[in-house]
Order: sequence, then C-alpha cells, then structure tokens
Amino acid sequence: MESVFFVILAVVTVFSALMVILQKNPMTSVLFLILAFFSTAALYVLLSAPFLAAVQIIVYAGAIMVLFLFVIMLLNLNRIKEEGSPLLKALGMMVAGMLLVIAAVVIRSTVIPSDSGFVAGTEPGFGSVEAIGRSLFTTYLLPFEIASFLLLAAIIGAVVLAKKKL
Amino acid sequence: MNLTPILTPLILGAGAIVVLLADLLAGKGNKTVAQVVALAVIVFAGIATVAVWGRGGPAFYGQVSGDGFASFFNLIFLLVAFLVVLTSPSYLKRSGSNYGEYYVLLLLAVLGMTFMASGTDLLIIFLGLETMSISLYVLVGFHKQRPRSNEAALKYLLLGAFFTGFLLYGIALVYGSTGSTNLEAIADYVKAASTPLGGYMGIGLALLLIGLIFKIAIVPFHFWSPDVYDGAPTPVTAFMSTAVKAAAFAAAMRIFYHPAMTLGIPWDKALWVLAVLTITVGNLAALSQSSIKRMLAYSSITHAGYLLVGFIARNELGASGMLYYLFSYGFMNVGAFTIAYLVNRRGDGSYSLSDYAQLGARNPVLALLMSIFMLSLTGIPPLAGFFGKFYVFSAAVQAGYVWLVIIGVLNSVISVFYYLRVMVIMYMREAEDLKDLERVPSVGFAALVCGLAIVLLGLFSGSLLEVARNSILTIL
Amino acid sequence: MFPSLNHYLILSAALFCIGAAGVLTRKNAIIIFASIELMLNAVNLAFAAFARHWGDVSGQIFVIFSLAVAAAEVAVGLAIIVALFRHKESVNIDDVNLMKW
Repeated sequence: MESVFFVILAVVTVFSALMVILQKNPMTSVLFLILAFFSTAALYVLLSAPFLAAVQIIVYAGAIMVLFLFVIMLLNLNRIKEEGSPLLKALGMMVAGMLLVIAAVVIRSTVIPSDSGFVAGTEPGFGSVEAIGRSLFTTYLLPFEIASFLLLAAIIGAVVLAKKKL
Repeated sequence: MNLTPILTPLILGAGAIVVLLADLLAGKGNKTVAQVVALAVIVFAGIATVAVWGRGGPAFYGQVSGDGFASFFNLIFLLVAFLVVLTSPSYLKRSGSNYGEYYVLLLLAVLGMTFMASGTDLLIIFLGLETMSISLYVLVGFHKQRPRSNEAALKYLLLGAFFTGFLLYGIALVYGSTGSTNLEAIADYVKAASTPLGGYMGIGLALLLIGLIFKIAIVPFHFWSPDVYDGAPTPVTAFMSTAVKAAAFAAAMRIFYHPAMTLGIPWDKALWVLAVLTITVGNLAALSQSSIKRMLAYSSITHAGYLLVGFIARNELGASGMLYYLFSYGFMNVGAFTIAYLVNRRGDGSYSLSDYAQLGARNPVLALLMSIFMLSLTGIPPLAGFFGKFYVFSAAVQAGYVWLVIIGVLNSVISVFYYLRVMVIMYMREAEDLKDLERVPSVGFAALVCGLAIVLLGLFSGSLLEVARNSILTIL
Repeated sequence: MFPSLNHYLILSAALFCIGAAGVLTRKNAIIIFASIELMLNAVNLAFAAFARHWGDVSGQIFVIFSLAVAAAEVAVGLAIIVALFRHKESVNIDDVNLMKW
C-alpha cells in the first residue's frame, strides 16, 4: 500500500516541480509549486512525520504561497515576457542533469549500514506533536530562540524595504 | 542553566530590541539616539566578551561553546560593528535612508555571526549564518532610492538563497550518514564507524564547504561580490568584506579543523587550487579598476585567498595567524572604506580614483591614514598587514606548501602596483578642480582609530598572536 | 522493501536538481525564487527520510527550522522585489542591467 502511495506522490511531485520551472506564466508556476508542496506534505505522512506535514501545509502552502501570489498580483507580473537565450537554457539543463547523475551514482553506490530502522517503521509517537514539542523546548531551546531573532530580522527587513515611506 | 557562552549574543539580542524601542520613542528625525544606544550595546557586549573570555565552555547540550576561539571572533565582529556604526550616520543621512532599523539589523547580523563562531552544532551554525544573511540582504538594499543598491540586494539574496540550498543539502547528508548534527557526536560516529563513510559524508562536507566559501567569496563563488560590494551602502560594504568573511571562516575552522572531518579526502589539494585562483583572479581584476570601491572589493577577494592559505596549512601557526590576520584586516579594510567614503562624499557615488588627486596637499591627515591602510594591505612591515601575511605564509611553509607560498608572494608583489597607485595619485597628481572635503568628526575618528590600531598591532604583533594562539587550542 | 531510504533520496535529489535547473535557466526573479523553494523543499524531504532512517526526531526538528528560514527568506526577497519594481517596472533579471549578472 505504502509503495503505491509513494509512486503516485513521487510522480505528482516531480511533475509539478518540472511544471514550476517550465511554465512561462509566473502565476501558473507558483500554483504548481503549491501542488509540489502538498504532495511533499503527503510524503511526510508516509515518513511518519505527521507534524511536519501539517507545518508544511500551514507555512509553505499557506503563508509562503499567499505571499508569492500576493506579490505577483500586486505587481501585475503576468504580462511580463521573458526572453531566455537557448544557450543558457541548454547549459543550465546540462549542469542540473550532471548534478542528478552524480547524485544517482552516489546514492546507488553508497551502502547504508543498516536499513532496518527504515523498514521496520518507528516506535509509536515518533514525529508526533508531543515528541517534537518536547524536544523543541528542551534540547533545541537555543536554536528555537535564535530562530526568533532570525524572524525578527526578517520582519524588520521586509517592512523597511517594502514600505514606501517609513 | 549556564548562560556564559551565549552572554555576548544575549546582550546583542536584547540590545537590538532596546534600539528598536529607543528609536521609536525618540521620534522621527532624531536618529542619533538609535546610533548612540547601538554603540552602547556594542561596547557593553564587548566588555562582557572580554570579562568572560574563554570561560564559557560547552553548554546547551553541547550546541554552543564559549571557548577562547568564540571570544576572539566575537571581539572581531564587535570591533568592526563599532567602527561601522560610528561611520554610518553620515552616509545614511545623505542617502535619505536614515532609519533606526539599520542599527537593529546590524546588531542582529552580529548576533548571527557570534553563533557561527560559537556554534558546535550544525543547526546552530546554520541558524547563525541565516540570521546574519537575512539581515545583510536588507542592509545591502538599505539605500532604497538608489537602484544599484536594490539590484545588489536582489542579486545577493537570490544567489545567497541558492547556496543556502547547497549548504542545507550538505548538512542533510552529514546528518544522514552520522545520525547527528552535533560536531562532537559526528566526530565520535566517524571514529567508531566500521564501514567507511565515503559517499554521503564526503559529498555532504563538500557541499557544506561550498556554502561557507560562497559567503567568503572564494573563486569560483566570488562573481557576486564585486557587484554587491559596489551596490551596497559603503559602511555595509566595509562590514561585509571584513566581519562576514571572518564569521564564515570561523564556522569553516570550527567544522573542518576537527580531525575526524578529513575522512581521508584530500581537501587541501582542492583548496590549494581555489586559493591560487582566488589570489590571482582577485589581484588581476583589482589592477584594472578605476573605482576605489570596486578595487577594494577585488582586493578583499585576494585577501580571502591569503587567509585560505592559512586555512590549508591546518596547523597551530596557520590558525592563530588567520585569527591575527582577520583581526587586523578588519581595521585595514574598514579604515580604507571609511576614507573612500569621506573622499567621495561630494562626488556622484562613482568612487573614482581620480578624486584622490592632491589629497596629500588638501588633507594631509587623511592622505597619511589612507597611505597607512594601503601599505598595510600591501603587506609592508612594520604594519599589521605584513605580519598577518607573514604568519599565514610561514604556516604554509611549515606544512610543506612551498609553491602555494611562492605564488602568494608573487601576487603580493603585483598587488603593490594597485595599492601604491592610490598613494601616487594622492601625492603626485595635479587636481583639476579642487573640492573641499567636508569634515565629519565621527567618521574621521573611526579612520584615526583604524590607523592607530594597524600601527600598534604591527608593533605588538607578538602579543596578539599569543592571544590568538591560546584561543585556538580548543578547536585544533 | 519499497520504498526504501534510497528511493526517497533519489526523489529528493531529483527535486533538488529540478530546482537548480530552474535557478540556472529562468530569468524571472519570481520563478527563480520558486525554484529555490523547490530546492529547500527537496532538502527537507531528505532530512525527513534520514530522520525516519535513524528513528531520531532531530532530523524533523531541522526541517522545522529550515521552514522558518525559508519563510524569512521569502518575506525579505519579495520585499526586495517590490522595492526594485518601484524603480524598474520589471522583475526580469536581465533588465537589472546596471550591473552584470
């Protein structure tokens, strides 16, 4: 059952990712990005990370994508045409293809010491809100606080840059 | 809970919020309050850093360490930030973007850097790097009325985010092959591993290194830096060319000086090539620049290459030499950018070298200071720049990289040409129309501090090297 | 057993490379940005797969932080695009021609 879901989700994710970079219209491109994020969220569920799946949908598919669409519509970007040089396109595709080949070779040739943890599944409660919350506020308290400063910097920065008159 | 290791960032974070509130209470038009409070925060953080120097130890489940290494780098960041805050208001006023948020973002950038230097967990280093980067993306684009500044910000952000992807992938692969992001735990796993961890671990570390050297602007990941340095507000450029490079080097040293991280991969050979390319490309490009800001941008690429020589040496002298180099380089480059700004204040923002004609007659003090900075950047004894180069080169010779040092020294000779050209223009060339230089006391003071520091660091190079030597004991 | 860790990693690598290809070939700053988000998303997938492999929650924690970073970058990035658009009426990076790309 899991394998069927994995194949479907993998195909959907790769397809929508390809559409993101191939679409001419930024609006369509971003809508496909939302689809890619949703199917990744479903993959998180398969990976026994239900909390991540929820966060992925709330933060990515919710907040980030709304921001994208908002800017596209605010600036009315759909009418802008782009002319790319075919040479650059071919070069870019070649570099990315090479990266993929290298990655595939490395992944295939790497022997993972024991894959049993992956196959057997995880103990109940792994990846739940409770497990994540507990470790976020104990072991990972310091990174959590640093992230708050990071977000503070982003908030101030976005206001400073986007506001016409401060 | 042991808060000593994070005392400096704690003060900076609280200080950033105080600056934000103080700026709000001071009302529109009065930005001196924000500047003064920011300076006070930096001084306070500096005192705290020195007071707990090296006594932090590991804390927060081994995620940070307040060792001497972290303290030394914190001091570098704070000194550079102090000088930059001192010189910023006159630029901001002229550019019409004199907002208190500038100082808040600067403090948050320094906060991120302190975590890059003190983090012993990849998660902390990553978050520190991103806090720094996000603040910098905004600071680069802070001169909103100037299209170049906006474009520089967009370019820096798109490329920075692209390379963040690589850095993050690297961390993912390291985590995947060892099961932890903690540097100690990773090292323990690598030592105990029965099967070789070639595949994922090696590629992961390589990607991690690429993410870090992008921030340092090592060739071939340097292409963004001249444009971004050129487009950014000058004080921000000074900050980026010194403190950001120092922070990225700190993280790289923390991760890669760990004996377990070599994995039998010949990092030194790859970095050898990058160092030679970086030094040479930066030097040759600097030769042909007519704008002093771009010349200094390329020269900072070259200096990153010299620092990489010390990094490759991977011995005690190399590491302490790098610390000395970064410390003194902060003064040299901030000083040079400060004077570049002062001289071109009346100009059109082109930072043309011809503005320096007859500076020696028009303003002898400024010309003398600029000469000190140029001579120090060239590496003329007894100034601090000479000892920095001397230490990293001797470390490389000790480690057996003789050819690398020969190429480095040859390049230093080439660099004499473009550094001394500034002095020749200042003292020899006739000026067509003499423009009076405006006097800005705080900026002049900052330049004076830099000049004095370079001379003193040169005279007492041994004592600073001794401090640096004690600071690196925990990471080698 | 299918799908194993390697299958997830290959999927993640493929997504990462598609994202990288988008950054390298497209000219529209918004689409470049979307491609970068794809790359970060691919890395998050790898983290989640490794977390399951090790039965260790810290990989999932890392994903949460990387989501926070991505959100912050998008907020700042789109603000820069808005600021730039005020000057240039374009988000095509070739029109950003005062400086070479």
